[in-house]
Amino acid sequence: MNAVATEDLCDVFLKNVCAIPNGKKIRECIQCGTCSASCPTSAAMEYSPREVIAALRAHVLDRVLKSNTVWLCSSCYSCTVRCPAGIPFTDVMYELKRLGVKHGLYPKGTTNAVMAQAFVESVDAHGRNHEPELLRKYYLRTNPLRFLNQIALGLRLLKRRRIRVRPHNIQGAENLRKMMAAIEENHAK
Amino acid sequence: MATNKAYDVSTRNVARVLGLELVELEDWNCCGATAYVAIREERAFVLSARNLALAEKTGRDLVTPCSGCYVVLRKANKYMADNPELHAKIERALAAGGMTYGGNVRVRHFLDVVLNDVGEDAIREHVTRPLDGLRVACYYGCQVSRPFGEIDSEELPERIDRLVEWLGAEAVPFPLKAKCCGGLMMTTQPDIGRKLTGKLLRVAKANSAECVITCCPLCQMNLEAYQREVSDAMQCDCHIPVLYFTQLMGHAFGLSSEELALQDSLTAVEPLLARKVASV
Repeated sequence: MNAVATEDLCDVFLKNVCAIPNGKKIRECIQCGTCSASCPTSAAMEYSPREVIAALRAHVLDRVLKSNTVWLCSSCYSCTVRCPAGIPFTDVMYELKRLGVKHGLYPKGTTNAVMAQAFVESVDAHGRNHEPELLRKYYLRTNPLRFLNQIALGLRLLKRRRIRVRPHNIQGAENLRKMMAAIEENHAK
Repeated sequence: MATNKAYDVSTRNVARVLGLELVELEDWNCCGATAYVAIREERAFVLSARNLALAEKTGRDLVTPCSGCYVVLRKANKYMADNPELHAKIERALAAGGMTYGGNVRVRHFLDVVLNDVGEDAIREHVTRPLDGLRVACYYGCQVSRPFGEIDSEELPERIDRLVEWLGAEAVPFPLKAKCCGGLMMTTQPDIGRKLTGKLLRVAKANSAECVITCCPLCQMNLEAYQREVSDAMQCDCHIPVLYFTQLMGHAFGLSSEELALQDSLTAVEPLLARKVASV
């Protein structure tokens, strides 16, 4: 885990959000709560979307990252299209997810983060997602026993030839790897 | 994709009937999906940009039947156009793999092509097996209408409702038509995913729908594959046939079950449509 002061975390976050188109509008939040009322999962969140911005202003963003909030965002964009201040809040949530992953600031057992990480690995390996591999990795890292619950569904899909057994590797895999190496190098500068 | 083969097959066959020429993007890669961009943003843009660059070489629009791909690719296009610095950075990465993207590709959902390029008159002309008042709940989900709102209303879209009426079906009132199905949470947070999907199925049934149609592979999977678990979570019967809008179109156009891969469905789609034909 990279140690990072709370103050820095808020600064880094604001800088990144301001680079998103319309991201600067986060400063114009009027705390109306339209985002929280529109969010399909806010009821299950420890901090609602409105409270996320309040936490940023109070310099306690680390508390949000350590809560279950950000990984409950399903990217439905309801908050984004309704926000009267025009804040692209879905992108704000993405930025929080990345910030938490980068600094190891997310609760242990955040299944959505494990899923996303496994997805990245599958795409990096093949150029496309390979679903059986994704699910195998996901369940091994979270709850292998729950994999058993999926066997019945897996068989129903297999019977209908809806599962591809072997992954498909794109032909341009090597070139894609070079592109990824180039973007990483760029990022490090 | 294997999991949603029926969407692939039915989209291609419906396009053929409508005289649309679809050419599979050669050696396409993952769009840089929600689950990828949540971890690595710039790498996700590279994934999107590689697809856009491949499409640009063909000189065609980039059309996808997946709402997730649609939003991700469209967003990458827009963000690169709005931010020349970002575009330059992505361009340098593409160059390392011998590619380039000039920013000239239009990203479109197949639904957009059907509604706007083909349109009502041509679709009505192709209907040889009208759907005889089949009561359909049209589920739009999130990402076909949000955040960009180019195809339809962001809040209460209605153009798929019109489409099914052109096919001879009836669109039942469905106020949850653009609410979230839960996406990947059906796997990662089943307690939440089942409730989100459950509300959709319950309301569709309560409003007397005989089936639900979707325009996104992940929505389709959530709505069709977990109906038993969802019924348990909701403590009510949530079983209802779920099909892609392209399968319903193809059926009205007289295409066979095989041409629409109806046999791949996990719900009772075939008996429902057979009943409708029998009752004509």
